[in-house]
Amino acid sequence: MKVRLQDHILVPKHEILSKDKAEELLKLLGITREQLPKIKTSDPIVKEIGAKPGDIVKITRKSLTAGESLFYRLVVD
Amino acid sequence: MVPKNIAAIKFEVLSPQEIRRMSVAKITNPETYDDDGFPIDGGLMDLRLGVIDPGLRCRTCGGKTGECPGHFGHIELAAPVIHVGYAKLIARLLNGTCRKCKRILLKNERKEKFIEEIEKRIKMNQSYDDIVKEVFRLTKATKKCPHCGEEQVEIKFEKPTFYYEGEHKLTPKDVRERLEKIPDEDLLAFGLDPKSVRPEWFVLTVLPVPPVTTRPSIILETGQRSEDDLTHKLVDIIRINQRFLENREAGAPQQILEDLWELLQYHVTTYFDNEVSGIPPAKHRSGRPLKTLAQRLKGKEGRFRKSLSGKRVNFSARTVVSPDPCLSINEVGVPVEIAQELTVPIYVTPKNIEMAREFILRREHPSANYVVRPDGKRLKVIDSNRKELAEMIEPGWIVERHLMDGDVVLFNRQPSLHRMSIMAHYVKVLPYKTFRLNPAVCPPYNADFDGDEMNLHIPQSLEAQAEAKILMAVQEHILSPRFGGPIVGGIHDHISGLYLLTHGNKVFSKEEVLQFIRATDVKDVPLKDAYTGKEVFSFILPDITLEFKAEICQGCEKCKKENCEYDAYVIIEKGKLLCGTIDEKAVGAFKGLIIDEIARKYGNSEARRFIDNMTKLAIRVITGLGFTIGIDDVDIPKEAEEQIEDVIKKAERKVDELIRAYKDGNLEPMPGRSLEETLEMSIMRELGKARDQAGKIASRYLGDENSAVIMAVSGARGSMLNVTQMVACIGQQSVRGERIMRGYTYSKRSLPHFKPGDLGPKARGFVRNSYRKGLSPIEFFFHAAGGREGLVDTAVRTSQSGYLQRRMINALQDLKVEYDGTVREQTSGIIVQYKYGEDGVDPMKSYRGKAVDVKRLLREIVGGAQQ
Ligand SMILES: [Mg+2]
Ligand SMILES: [Zn+2]
Ligand SMILES: [Zn+2]
Ligand SMILES: [Zn+2]
Repeated sequence: MKVRLQDHILVPKHEILSKDKAEELLKLLGITREQLPKIKTSDPIVKEIGAKPGDIVKITRKSLTAGESLFYRLVVD
Repeated sequence: MVPKNIAAIKFEVLSPQEIRRMSVAKITNPETYDDDGFPIDGGLMDLRLGVIDPGLRCRTCGGKTGECPGHFGHIELAAPVIHVGYAKLIARLLNGTCRKCKRILLKNERKEKFIEEIEKRIKMNQSYDDIVKEVFRLTKATKKCPHCGEEQVEIKFEKPTFYYEGEHKLTPKDVRERLEKIPDEDLLAFGLDPKSVRPEWFVLTVLPVPPVTTRPSIILETGQRSEDDLTHKLVDIIRINQRFLENREAGAPQQILEDLWELLQYHVTTYFDNEVSGIPPAKHRSGRPLKTLAQRLKGKEGRFRKSLSGKRVNFSARTVVSPDPCLSINEVGVPVEIAQELTVPIYVTPKNIEMAREFILRREHPSANYVVRPDGKRLKVIDSNRKELAEMIEPGWIVERHLMDGDVVLFNRQPSLHRMSIMAHYVKVLPYKTFRLNPAVCPPYNADFDGDEMNLHIPQSLEAQAEAKILMAVQEHILSPRFGGPIVGGIHDHISGLYLLTHGNKVFSKEEVLQFIRATDVKDVPLKDAYTGKEVFSFILPDITLEFKAEICQGCEKCKKENCEYDAYVIIEKGKLLCGTIDEKAVGAFKGLIIDEIARKYGNSEARRFIDNMTKLAIRVITGLGFTIGIDDVDIPKEAEEQIEDVIKKAERKVDELIRAYKDGNLEPMPGRSLEETLEMSIMRELGKARDQAGKIASRYLGDENSAVIMAVSGARGSMLNVTQMVACIGQQSVRGERIMRGYTYSKRSLPHFKPGDLGPKARGFVRNSYRKGLSPIEFFFHAAGGREGLVDTAVRTSQSGYLQRRMINALQDLKVEYDGTVREQTSGIIVQYKYGEDGVDPMKSYRGKAVDVKRLLREIVGGAQQ
């Protein structure tokens, strides 16, 4: 049986951002890729969603104060 | 000079060539000044090293005193000496390399592995200390050279700078020769970069002489010149160095040369650090140890903590603080003496030149201390030159006038733990010698008046003054970003006073009411013969509508709202207090719902106005009505005392039963607890219950009019527990949450008055008396034991939280919330949060931490329309 990490209630939703969306995000924030927070390829969730170095992962977390909060991480080696 | 950006800083070790290259003079003469007091060429005060005497010019750069930054010189050492700072590293290197072929004591493949690992860490910007440590550990343990097969002899390092190979002592020269031969490729494994460091440089052959500007001599009152400690030490070094040279030239015996060499080593060692273990510190003639290089930097008085982290400023004052409820919360009372010392610059223009003149001409308080010419020259204003200076000033000059009413100043109390610890106040110059502040601003500063001192700073530029007024004024900090409620508000007598005014249906005569409100800015008062307290309080209220349970609310099962028999349900409608008592919940710092509402509805100025009026009103009410406690306020009738005695006796009997049950083995253990724990917990609970009951009885007899009770229930000061302890029973004393069991552990008793193993309440710190009745000697002892824990706790907590706070500030200081709501690190631009706090809410503008106050909104929209 294969367990999906994403099914666990404590693991927030992770998804790979499309090329267009990624560019849009960087433009909106006015930053380079390097200035994003990082996530390693060795991270189990990265393996699960199959993100490659250079990808940007969008994380949707449950938040006590804001209901839902968005976070983005750059996948690195 | 063109400002340049510093991309990086790299630390390297100075090579002998580098030392010579940066030197402007070779120093050989131990004398400093000649008989005429002129610096000697080639001496330590050589004019090429910079100038400190006014009138002379630097022979290197031509600058005068103050212009010339100073220049390094050098001393050619007659024999090499160990640099103490590197002594330990030298020992490790000697032990890590072969005594014959000087290669690292590791096989090539191992070495390469380590170097690879170190380079990887460097690339990732991580520390590689642990790898280097491992290399030193491994190489020291290697007994046979893997390159040439030579057996290794351990080099013994003796502090501070001596090395022995077996019995044989290594001279610095021997050491240097060994280090010279270590190949560059091997150095990398020791964590040394051969591009910037060669180990033989750890043994000095040339000594840099720091510029005279870093070791200026001072002229004593006697006219004598007193040299800096560093200069003294350098004189010693040169003297011994020259002696060594002469002796060697003259062909002196080996023993003498060796002694001189060791002496030279001693002087160089103490020149770097005069507190190294193993050798006596170099001393002055007076017996005072010299302050050499390391001493200049190290410790509390050193360059880092004293001069760089701890800065002193001008335009500041410090004195004791005391209260003045007549001041606005925005004001600070400043003693005249201080106001005459501190100054504010007037930048003279055609429009204010007449005013500036007047200040110069005045002989007392708002006068001027200095005028500054456009070229920067400062002229002191004295009685004899007032007229002359007043004539002289022109637009472009600066007149430094005294501090006056209405000036903005920054007011601060340490420890400055949050931003409300430094706030801007408006000056009010007052007689006497203390700073005065409205007690309502005590909570943000955490100040009281038991001797607290506070600091005052005068912003000098117009920009700084504007910033202080707009961003730092007290009224801008009434709502705290810590919990989204008011941090400035009523305390102590403010709350007692308003309680006395508004509780129940008290009626006051016209005359009384006039006295109460005359200090406030209330103007239109309907003319009546008598007013209720609630009406009086309504005078200072702006148009607000509020409903809440007061602090004195007893928490009845079903709240009767406006019909509450304790008058604990507050209803304010359109600025009229209809029912309920004003207490901590309404106007107190931290809680104050009225302050909260006014600040949100009408802004900070109105909130300030309310607090000013509220404190003035409350103080006048409490002084008018009188409020006091004495010993008879904690007296209770005999029957009450008997009842309390009864309760305690019953509890003691219960405890005895528990102990008997425990000893007989009849005690049922609680789930997950041992028998002993069960017993202790049951006893604690029984005695705690007894005290609570005693307190209930006491407060029943004290009544609601008792001052101590009023203070406790209204939230002005103290708690019902405090009252209970004064009146009825102090209760169980504890250390670390347990009944007191320390001291004679071997005989299982706390004091020799008890039988060994006594578990009774008396033997374990239960104080049955009240503070009113007084404690028995044994109770007093236990009380002291429990009380001490509290003192120790606070002492330990403050130091720990201070350290934690500093670390947190260091970690967070470069983060900033940008205009787009993201949180970014300021140097790299790295994003930390995409929305500040996930919801982007400014906690200061939140309602007690929540983003929106739905109830208030509803009231505003629906409730308002209904009524
Ligand atoms: Mg104090
Ligand atoms: Zn110079
Ligand atoms: Zn060898
Ligand atoms: Zn009630």
